[in-house]
Parts: sequence; structure tokens; C-alpha cells
Amino acid sequence: MLALFQKLGYTTLSTLQKLGRANLFILHVVTGLPEILTRVRLLLVQVYSVGVLTVLLVSISGLFVGMVLGLQGYNVLSDFGAEQTLGVMVAASLVRELGPVVTALLFSGRAGSALTAEIGLMKATEQLSGMEMMAVDPVKRIIAPRFFAGCLSMPLLASLFSMIGVMGGYFVGVGLLGVDEGAFWAQMKSRIDFYDDVVNGLIKSAVFGVIVTWIAVFEGYDAVPTSEGVSRATTRSVVYSAFAVLGWDFVLTALMFGGD
Amino acid sequence: MQSSKAIEIWVGLFVAAGLIALFFLAMQVSNLAELKSNGDSYRIVARFENIGSLRVRAPVSVAGVTVGRVSAISFDNQTYEAVVEMRIDPKYDTLPIDTSASILTAGLLGEQYIGLTPGGAEEHLTDGDEIELTQSAIVLEQVISRFLFNKAEGGDKGSGSNDGGTPTE
Repeated sequence: MLALFQKLGYTTLSTLQKLGRANLFILHVVTGLPEILTRVRLLLVQVYSVGVLTVLLVSISGLFVGMVLGLQGYNVLSDFGAEQTLGVMVAASLVRELGPVVTALLFSGRAGSALTAEIGLMKATEQLSGMEMMAVDPVKRIIAPRFFAGCLSMPLLASLFSMIGVMGGYFVGVGLLGVDEGAFWAQMKSRIDFYDDVVNGLIKSAVFGVIVTWIAVFEGYDAVPTSEGVSRATTRSVVYSAFAVLGWDFVLTALMFGGD
Repeated sequence: MQSSKAIEIWVGLFVAAGLIALFFLAMQVSNLAELKSNGDSYRIVARFENIGSLRVRAPVSVAGVTVGRVSAISFDNQTYEAVVEMRIDPKYDTLPIDTSASILTAGLLGEQYIGLTPGGAEEHLTDGDEIELTQSAIVLEQVISRFLFNKAEGGDKGSGSNDGGTPTE
């Protein structure tokens, strides 16, 4: 019985400790911002590996998600004779929800896991301690560029996803199913508000970018420096990212769209 | 590792593509382009007994062409009327002062909008003017209940005088 309580206490304490470490860690990372701005090259290389290499995945996924929305939306809306509002449905669901959320999930699978594995392996092979020996702060030199590259890339990727998704919905709705082209765009334009929908979606994607990259770099930095530890950290990075993104999505949606 | 120039080009393309996507969402998908032209629009007010389910940002149209949007809806405590404020595109500044406004429905179950019908006066509506002639929204339940009421009344009369005459009230 006592052992049970001890275990519960241990779990609680270690979780709290980890949260505390994560917060101290992110503070340390953010203080590295001025150094990055003087050495933009470091950031550029990371934007390439985190952002540019994810573009293809995000584009193809966005196209298919948009096409599926077009098909499914048409099936439901045509029952009510409202297939002309297909554009509104596709654009609203992409810009508000699917763009930020699906991009964040893909991003954590494609870029987040790679970041965790890379940083974890650097730790396991003692490259990070080697840097410390040379009086180079590994958090500022290695982690900070990756973190800010992720934060920068996510909103751009989510915008791309939404745009290509709308195109996909357009191809299926107007091209294949014969929804009126004028109504498709006009209804979309009149119902989608720039500030309420597009800007809020952009804020969401920026928040998700911070969350996913934060979890990814922290799990890598905090990994047990063995091959097993790195593999576990990579798994945790993707799983925690997915939970955090979906949970925060609910909170942000309630704050942004719950009022009216 | 690719050469530094190639990386810079790719990152540049990536950022450009992201910004183009955002621009597309702003201009093509959402109503930012329309909002911008509303900057120096002029404001007219109309009072309605009942606005139905009219909402802010509903279109205001003349002859089916959208000339502006509803910018605010409020309730007058003194007259118990709904006060609807509209913003009209400055391009359309020659609406006569005796223009009438009615709340119409797009399609059977569609959104409600304001339709303006120009009158014949020489003077034009300017910023802050009020439209005097208004027609309230048609509330479907009221129409149906009036119809049923008339029908029932007509049925009673018909059975009384053995005549299917239309009820006059």
C-alpha cells in the first residue's frame, strides 16, 4: 500500500520536475534569439531542413484533404440543395481547423521527430558536452536555431496547406461535380472573414508551431543518452505533440469561436 | 549537405510560397478585399419593426447588386424598433432620399439581406441620413399562422352559408 503511494508521489514529482525543466529550457532557448539574429545562416539551414523539406508532404496532404472535403461536403450539401455553399464549407473547415491542426500533426511527424532524434543522438554521442567543453553554449548554438526555424515554418506551412486544400476542393467541387464556379468563390468570399477566420487560423498555427517544436527539441535535449533513450524520446515527441496540439486546439477554438 | 546558395534559394522560395498562400487566403478566400473599399463608405440608417434574422455583415443590394453591408444592428428603447446601420460603397452615392428599404430573403431558406428600392426624389442620401420607408422582414411563422387562421375562418363561414367565398377581413 505504501509502495503504491510512493509510486504515485514519484510520478507526480518527476512529471512536475520535467515540466519545470521544460520551462527553464525554453527560457534559455529564447535568450538565444539575439545571437541568431546576428548569425542568420544558422537559422536558414534549419528552415531548410525543417520547413522546405516538409513542403511536399504538406502540399500533397492538403490536396487530398481538400478533395475529400469537396466530395463529402457535396454529398451532404446536395441533400439540402445547398451545394453552392460547398466553397464556404471547404474553406471554413480548412482555414479554421484542418489547416493548422493537420499541418501541426504532419509537422510533428516529419520535422519534430527528426529534431528529437538529431538532438538526442548529439547528446548520446556527447557532441553537446563537447561543445560545452569548448565554451560554446549548445542550447544557443544547436537548439535555438531549430526552435525558431520551427516556429517560423509552421504558419507558412499551414497557409500553404489551406491554399492547396481550397484548390483541391475547387477541383473536385467545380471540376468534377459541377458546382457553379461563380457561386463557389463568391459565397466563400462573402462568408469567410479575414480577421475572424484567416487571422485566427494563423494564430493557431503559430501556437502549434511553438508547441510542437518546443516538445521536439526538449524531448531530444532531455533524452536518456542511449540508443533506447533516443528512440523513446522520439516516440514521446510525436505522441505528446499530437496530444498537446489537439488539446490546445480545443482551448483556442473555444476562445476564438466559442463566444458567438 | 547542399551548397549554401542552393539552401538560400530554397528557403527564399519556401517563404515566398507561404506568403503567397497567405495572400491568396486573404484576397481570394476571405473578404479582406471588400473590407478595404469600405474605408470611406457612407452610413445610412433605417428603422424596422422586425428584422427577422438579419445579421451584421449581411449584404445591402439595389436591383440585386450588392452596394454595401449592414454594419450595426441595435434596438431603440423609445420606439421599440430595430435600428439598422448600413455602410454603402461611396461609388453609389446617388440614391434618392425617398429610397425605401425592405428585408428580403435569398431563396426560401437563405440568408436575409436588405433590398433598397430607389424613389424619384432629386436629393441624394448622404452620410448619416435615415431611410423613412421601410418594410419589415417576413416571418414565416406569422405568414403561416395568418394563412391557417384565414383558412379556418373561411371554412367556418363556408359551412355556415354553404358558400366557398373568400374571407374578407
